[in-house]
Amino acid sequence: MIFAIPLAWLQLKRETIRLLVAIAGISFAVILMFLQLGFQDALFESAITFHKNLKGDIFIISSQSTALIAMENFPERRLYQTYGVPGIKNVSPMYIGFGTWKNPFWEGLPKSQTRQLMVTGVNPSDDVLDIPGFTVQARNEIRLEDRLLFDSKSREEFGPIAQKFPEYQAKGELIRTEISNKQVKIAGLVELGASFGADGNVITSDDNFRRIFDQRQKGDINVGIIQLEPGTDVLKTLDTLKATMPGSLRVNPKLTPEQAREDFIIGDVRILSKKGFINVELKYWQEGTAIGFIFGLGVAIGFIVGIVIVYQILYTDVTDHLAEYATLKAMGYKNRYLLKVVFQEAMILAVMGFIPGYLLSSGMYVLTRNATALPVGMTTSRGVFVFCLAVIMCLISGIIAVRKVQDADPADIF
Amino acid sequence: MTEPIIAIDKVNHYFGKGNLRKQILFEVTTTVDPGEVVIMTGPSGSGKTTLLTLIGALRSTQEGSMKVLGQELRNAAEGQLVGLRRNVGYIFQAHNLLNSLTAKQNVMMSLELHDQITPTEAKEMAEGMLEAVGLQERMNYYPDELSGGQKQRVAIARALVSNPKLVLADEPTAALDKKSGRDVVEIMRNLAKERGSAVVLVTHDNRILDVADRLIHMEDGRLESYDLDQEPAPEKAIALG
Repeated sequence: MIFAIPLAWLQLKRETIRLLVAIAGISFAVILMFLQLGFQDALFESAITFHKNLKGDIFIISSQSTALIAMENFPERRLYQTYGVPGIKNVSPMYIGFGTWKNPFWEGLPKSQTRQLMVTGVNPSDDVLDIPGFTVQARNEIRLEDRLLFDSKSREEFGPIAQKFPEYQAKGELIRTEISNKQVKIAGLVELGASFGADGNVITSDDNFRRIFDQRQKGDINVGIIQLEPGTDVLKTLDTLKATMPGSLRVNPKLTPEQAREDFIIGDVRILSKKGFINVELKYWQEGTAIGFIFGLGVAIGFIVGIVIVYQILYTDVTDHLAEYATLKAMGYKNRYLLKVVFQEAMILAVMGFIPGYLLSSGMYVLTRNATALPVGMTTSRGVFVFCLAVIMCLISGIIAVRKVQDADPADIF
Repeated sequence: MTEPIIAIDKVNHYFGKGNLRKQILFEVTTTVDPGEVVIMTGPSGSGKTTLLTLIGALRSTQEGSMKVLGQELRNAAEGQLVGLRRNVGYIFQAHNLLNSLTAKQNVMMSLELHDQITPTEAKEMAEGMLEAVGLQERMNYYPDELSGGQKQRVAIARALVSNPKLVLADEPTAALDKKSGRDVVEIMRNLAKERGSAVVLVTHDNRILDVADRLIHMEDGRLESYDLDQEPAPEKAIALG
């Protein structure tokens, strides 16, 4: 039934200041939830940016490896054992290590500013990264000694490399700096992006990688990238690998049979599809760290703050109108009508509080993205999710506040 | 002889429980005919308001028989009580208008309960009723922009707009000065007579007794009735008023 007189809205509108306070309060709760969820998603998204940009179908890592920031070595020959399997076009080894970068343009205190960044070593003959700047010429550059490609989306603490690079290039020079006290030269720029695990990235050849990390034995690699012929079935190839690779097969018993096809351990290595590789990284951050819990707690607090605010507003509103509600009951209105009014008020507040909250959150995402180089942004699914949370929040408040309506006794008003 | 609008037979009413149980009404018996204007007087605490809330189905009848608009209210289900309330017009001491609504919307609230009335009809009826109480200039004002007498006139419009067979009023003039009190009561009486509504009006105000056809006097929970057409209002009723 549509009421000719929208009492809920008229009552809210009549108390303009209270309505504005309510909207501000709900917006606050909505923003809190958006930011927490946004940061959490950004963290997870940034953690797998590297994986997503790898050009490969099947990946081999050490069975001891848990995440990109904690990669163990495994012998390169394990990768080459896969070569005989039909459908495999190319295999390529990848080295990953963390080194200390010296900011070449640091002008502060005499002590030079250093910071940890991720160094990736690739075979310059193989096109294994799908990122802007990783061209054939760039790969040829890093064949030369001590040359590397710098990620222009690294945090600015690494120095204004991206800004200064064209200037140096014009002069025919290269920016020189040090990684872990080894001289390096920046031969080009790529765009990868910072993650929570790595504030910055450089990419170089496998030989240059071992010059920087001179403890590393040749053949001790971190990721084996397998590229398949076009049209080859990834899952079938994985099944073949499972059957033919030397070593004992182990599968995480928690995985479903489908997941186990894309994620299994043979001897000292773990063989993964691209999806499986991404899931390993996500799982590490979601389950192996306190991050999911902390952000979840933030969302819960926003939710509770919202409930308290909406409840306060609704309770005050019902109390103020108690005599009027009693009058309506005396006129023959049912309790249900009054309950409807309270819930309509709750819904109106949810919608009116969500809209500014959504807009402000979108703005804050942009600010955060510019300030942190993290891939944070508004998504439809998160918008819908937070809207649902806001509605549930207001409904819960309504359920608590509505009990007060029962106090409206028509016999009291005569 | 038509059936009375209200037929009360030996109604007793009690407040409290156990040792604190106190009888408020004692064997109250009376009838009100269609179109009759009845004024109920009596000192504070005599049970007038309690009787009015029983008639208006705002309280459950405990003992005796209470028939309103042909319906027995004793042991009636909550749904029946709510249904009856829709066919009774109420005017309260404190006007009890909805502050968030304009005068017109307040009057329309009483029509929204009747499903057969469309919103357009409701609007027209509300406007007509507000004109009848002399508020055609104030239809879109909010209650806090109206004087006490004007608010009470909106309340009368709200009570009468759906043409109820019965109007119950509890001291409608208590908060008003002599002139506006008189106006309000006369408007109420005239409109009720036009529409054939019976009125039961509780008052302390002896200046308005002459609008009534009949006077009932309540004292210590017992009722006495006087027909004003045949005898003048007794000293007691007026003096105590």
